Amino acid sequence: MTATTPYHTDDTAFAVQAPRVIERLRAALPERSLVVEEAERRAYESDGLSAFRQLPLVVAIPDTIEQVQAVLATCHDLGVPVVARGSGTSLSGGALPHPQGVLLSLARFNQILELDPERRLARVQPGVRNLAISEAAAAHGLYYAPDPSSQIACSIGGNIAENAGGVHCLKYGLTVHNVLDVTLATIEGDIVTVGSQALDTPGYDLLALMHGSEGMLGVILEATVRLLPEPLTKQVLLAAFDSAATAGNAVAGLIAAGIVPAGLEMMDGPAIKAAEDFVHAGYPTDAAAILICELDGGTEEVVADTARVDALLRDSGATEVRVARDADERARFWAGRKAAFPAAGRISPDYYCMDGTIPRKHLGEVLTRIADMGREHGLGVVNVFHAGDGNLHPLILYDGNTPGELEQAEAFGARILELCVEKGGTITGEHGVGVEKINEMCIQFNDAERETFFAIKRAFDPPGLLNPGKAIPTLNRCAEFGAMHVHHGEVAHPELERY
Amino acid sequence: MSEDDDQTEAIAARVRDAAAAGTPVAIRGGGSKPFYGHRLDGEALDVSRHRGVLNYEPTELMLTARAGTPLVELEELLAANGQMFAFEPPHFGGGATLGGAVATGLSGPRRPFAGALRDHLLGVRIVDGNGSVGRFGGEVIKNVAGYDVSRLTVGALGTLGVVLEVSVKVLPRPETERTVCLEMAPEEIHGRIEDALRNGAPITGAAHDGDRAWIRLAGATSAVTAGADWLGGDTPTDETFWSRLRDHTMDFFRGDTAEPLWRLSLPPGGRSPDLPGKRVVDWGGQLHWLRSDASAEGIRRETAAIGGHATVFRGGDAATAVFTPLEPALARFHGRLKRAFDPHGVLNPGRMYPEF
Repeated sequence: MTATTPYHTDDTAFAVQAPRVIERLRAALPERSLVVEEAERRAYESDGLSAFRQLPLVVAIPDTIEQVQAVLATCHDLGVPVVARGSGTSLSGGALPHPQGVLLSLARFNQILELDPERRLARVQPGVRNLAISEAAAAHGLYYAPDPSSQIACSIGGNIAENAGGVHCLKYGLTVHNVLDVTLATIEGDIVTVGSQALDTPGYDLLALMHGSEGMLGVILEATVRLLPEPLTKQVLLAAFDSAATAGNAVAGLIAAGIVPAGLEMMDGPAIKAAEDFVHAGYPTDAAAILICELDGGTEEVVADTARVDALLRDSGATEVRVARDADERARFWAGRKAAFPAAGRISPDYYCMDGTIPRKHLGEVLTRIADMGREHGLGVVNVFHAGDGNLHPLILYDGNTPGELEQAEAFGARILELCVEKGGTITGEHGVGVEKINEMCIQFNDAERETFFAIKRAFDPPGLLNPGKAIPTLNRCAEFGAMHVHHGEVAHPELERY
Repeated sequence: MSEDDDQTEAIAARVRDAAAAGTPVAIRGGGSKPFYGHRLDGEALDVSRHRGVLNYEPTELMLTARAGTPLVELEELLAANGQMFAFEPPHFGGGATLGGAVATGLSGPRRPFAGALRDHLLGVRIVDGNGSVGRFGGEVIKNVAGYDVSRLTVGALGTLGVVLEVSVKVLPRPETERTVCLEMAPEEIHGRIEDALRNGAPITGAAHDGDRAWIRLAGATSAVTAGADWLGGDTPTDETFWSRLRDHTMDFFRGDTAEPLWRLSLPPGGRSPDLPGKRVVDWGGQLHWLRSDASAEGIRRETAAIGGHATVFRGGDAATAVFTPLEPALARFHGRLKRAFDPHGVLNPGRMYPEF
């Protein structure tokens, strides 16, 4: 696969003297906490978005808060960029290293500091894995609700930095709805706690501001998360449709009837086939779309809702509705959806996962246009979709070893994101902007709005050292991107004009 | 809705003039919560004419309206479609507007169980202190593009921008709602409702009026019935309890008492603050409304000792800070954010904290 560096020249104009940086870090950290050799730094050159690679100047893996502060003080004093990294599973390049900067790994902050079952909260260090919280809480009949697909590996610090979602967001919210407080180290040397264990906090809602701020305002040292009681009962239905638009209307029908499912997922025909070939979940491979609907609550309530959902789905034109007979079948209904990404990996050497959100009513049209674009780019695409909340995940299939295909995949992806904005949606529902969608930020926000973002950035990071070059594009970048855009007419990427 | 209902240009022009002249404005919507926050001196900027529903799609669970739209109108519209604001915004008076609800950020009795206004906010359009109009967030439920400016405006009391439009997530109304009354002390509520929640009771309110506990259940009829049976207690005849608690029309909140009304926001399941005075408890014990003549310092010290914070909600004297003072680093970030959004200091200066 081709490796590209996405940094703009604006973002790499730091005057960094590498030997001085390393010397100061050596004085502040034990030897095992510093990675200087190139071969060892390689391990950190990518996160979950492997199309982008960048070696950091040096990697710091501190053990203590004092060491984190020492790293930040070094960076502050010497004007060195610093990129915080949890488990490195970001799908938008949020933890991609900076070529002139320190990569600050929080991997050793992996302890659950307190789990209080009576008050239903857990105090955790940033490197604790998402799933580890639910595993620890399970003994008390509790769990942590946000469940991004990477939950086995991704860290809570990264979840907060990206405001991670998952398949249960419509009913249980995103990360921002499930975190009570966050303690951060600032680039100026403060340690501050935003939010509290109370249900509100005096002053501005800085807790919300930190969610999805992509490591650009502070470095997360600790968080308190809210735990929920495990639902008493769960049921899962699987419905098949002969068109994605019909499935989309069926979702609207459920919502209109007052049902708020715990999970509501859609897969299109190619995704169904890929998943079925992989995990043999028993999916109807002749369907154009399936919906997987999870209901939870008290036993009687779930029984009643299941009957209603079954009838509503049939009324909406489902060609088949299956109700899971037991826990095994519930797990099987989910298995194909949960394996959709690796399944795409089996049918294509590489895939590129997109993350836009649209008002659900446009689903049929958007899927049709995505299919058309795929043909124009000569690339296949499979679609999985958090149908309840309008969050699309088209997986673009390409082969990084075929010259030009990665570039086509990126161009195709960019057009999908622009389509999401055009339809009144957004360029990222839960993966973050990172380096991946930074150009599309120029489309979603105007100059004044982006200046507001920079003003917020300066309030917390006056020297602009925390994760520079991510999430918020500079005026220059947008000017160049805009010139590319407008110059060649309506299509975003001039190289596409030959198609 | 007519063209006159779109006051965007007029409001932005007023802010631009204010910024140029350096004369503060005092933003006013329905005028239902003038008691909240510090007194303002600025020239009134009335946004109540900027009103109307811009987009409501029941099947997208989303509503967008101009800030001056009265909550009453919106709630009627939602009810007609079997939906509601899950955060149960207080009105405190007939004229309360959507913009005012965002600016004050207050949520009603359902808050611990369904989330606060900030949890259901999807996007805002604001005029910043330069008179520049910007849109942040959007009309979709999942959206992480850019910093979360929309939630930053919640509870900011207009100090960061004049809210022009608001998009919120709405939810279906419950099939059934029922209240039970139990004889217990306020401190016992947390444990009892925790047990009930874990047994599937769909609790949407848990308060104590000084005599007894009021527990509200709402959701599927089967779950409400099972939950009420599990809790036991009596069924009260008073059906207005929750709206009187929400809007402060209960006797406890009225009257001409000289004692200020304090709002104590507390962590879950802790001890009650040891303070003199009468109180009404909401949010399963996490919100104490306290009528007390104890010193502000004493109230704040005791509340902070158990991890909470105390606000002078009504009736404070001018010398007492309305909100719990911020620690120095946080105060510094607040000041910088204020200057970032309102460099001329013209938007409701001092309504939240005297420093900005």
